[in-house]
Amino acid sequence: MTKLTAVLEKLGYTQLTSKEISHTFSGAYTSDLLSDVMGNAEEGSLLITIQAHKNSVAVASLIGMPAIILCNGRTPNDDMIEAADQENIAILSTTDSQFVSSYKIAQLLGLM
Amino acid sequence: MSLSFLKYKGQCILHTMAVIPINTYNSPTVILELIYRLKVKDVMTKDVKSVSRTSTMREVQHLMREHSITGVPVAQKKRLLGIVSMDDIMQALDYGYINDVVEKHMTKKLIVLEEDMPVSFAISYFDRYRYHRFPVLNKHKELVGMVTTRDISSRLLVEMNKEVENLERMNQHTLTSEGMTKHIQSFAILKHDFENAGFASTEIKKWLKKNDVPSQIIRRAAIASYELEMNIVVHSNGGRIIAQYGPDEVLIISEDRGPGIESVEDAMTQGFSTATEWIRSLGFGAGMGLPNVQSVSDDFTIRSSTKGTIVTSTIALQQQTKENEDD
Repeated sequence: MTKLTAVLEKLGYTQLTSKEISHTFSGAYTSDLLSDVMGNAEEGSLLITIQAHKNSVAVASLIGMPAIILCNGRTPNDDMIEAADQENIAILSTTDSQFVSSYKIAQLLGLM
Repeated sequence: MSLSFLKYKGQCILHTMAVIPINTYNSPTVILELIYRLKVKDVMTKDVKSVSRTSTMREVQHLMREHSITGVPVAQKKRLLGIVSMDDIMQALDYGYINDVVEKHMTKKLIVLEEDMPVSFAISYFDRYRYHRFPVLNKHKELVGMVTTRDISSRLLVEMNKEVENLERMNQHTLTSEGMTKHIQSFAILKHDFENAGFASTEIKKWLKKNDVPSQIIRRAAIASYELEMNIVVHSNGGRIIAQYGPDEVLIISEDRGPGIESVEDAMTQGFSTATEWIRSLGFGAGMGLPNVQSVSDDFTIRSSTKGTIVTSTIALQQQTKENEDD
């Protein structure tokens, strides 16, 4: 289990949600297709995506994903952040692409 | 927003530089859906008052006053040659060339819209160019209409009214059917309501969790209900998700009011989808929905006609013995 705070501290990603981050994660899944995430992502994984809207939160919540990383500097609208706070899901933002973000997260997880 | 009042022949005309106060990327989804679904030809004025190149500026002036319009296209047969605006006419009056032919003074550098472009495109044009009107051409480059910000605003208001009516009707429906029995939940789902999408599946998940169903099974039920819910949102005219909780299994039933699946076989194929570009840009329409539902169900049936589609996914509440997991 890796602490989500490591993503903020070591990768310099920005937290967009207001709740304090105490989540941990055990993997990550990179996709923009929500059905693909729904069908294949594992519980406890981060979602690395550019889908900056409420439906990503719904999927993350149903699967039990602790956080969503929005790449390429995508900014969500307020209702996405509100929904994430309600579901206790963290949203982090980065200007990294999904590829770069994925390998950085993989490094944090000790996978490479 | 900047305003300027023009005194013109005793009439006071409010000239606003205001654009349509809707942005084309993160407005509420109902609005986004509208401005992508509606085409320029759906909002434009088709009865275009145009003049020929040999008409005089004076004739244009009269035409404007008669029909209360502020821009007149110059066309030959259906080919657009230029446009004369109210400003051009005022210049002509000021400098004394109101009797000249329009060809000499019309604006020839034209920005046009095509009739099949989505309205979202027109909105961003109004934002970018700050003109008050755009001529609309069909694919044969013929002039077929004119579009103003007012045309767009009034059509959007009409469409939004319809959406609100729908919302009100569906809300009532959900309330009456929810109190039926303890073990049946019913959720009304609206067409293209991405805002509330996921509500039914979240509620179903909560119920299963409360009743101590194993998490692997909750996950399968969540996948089935979410995909079915999204199918109603994305593809149908609206419908409902019903969850029936039995002692041994949960039935997730999705019923919609059409238009039906043209080929169920295609719909069950991974990667096949009829979703529009806009839907895909939101991350839906990957062609995995129904295959996902089937793969998590212990029993799966689907029936579809133009009147509607009914899908039933049955998920056993006990771990199947066929799964070689540790007890």
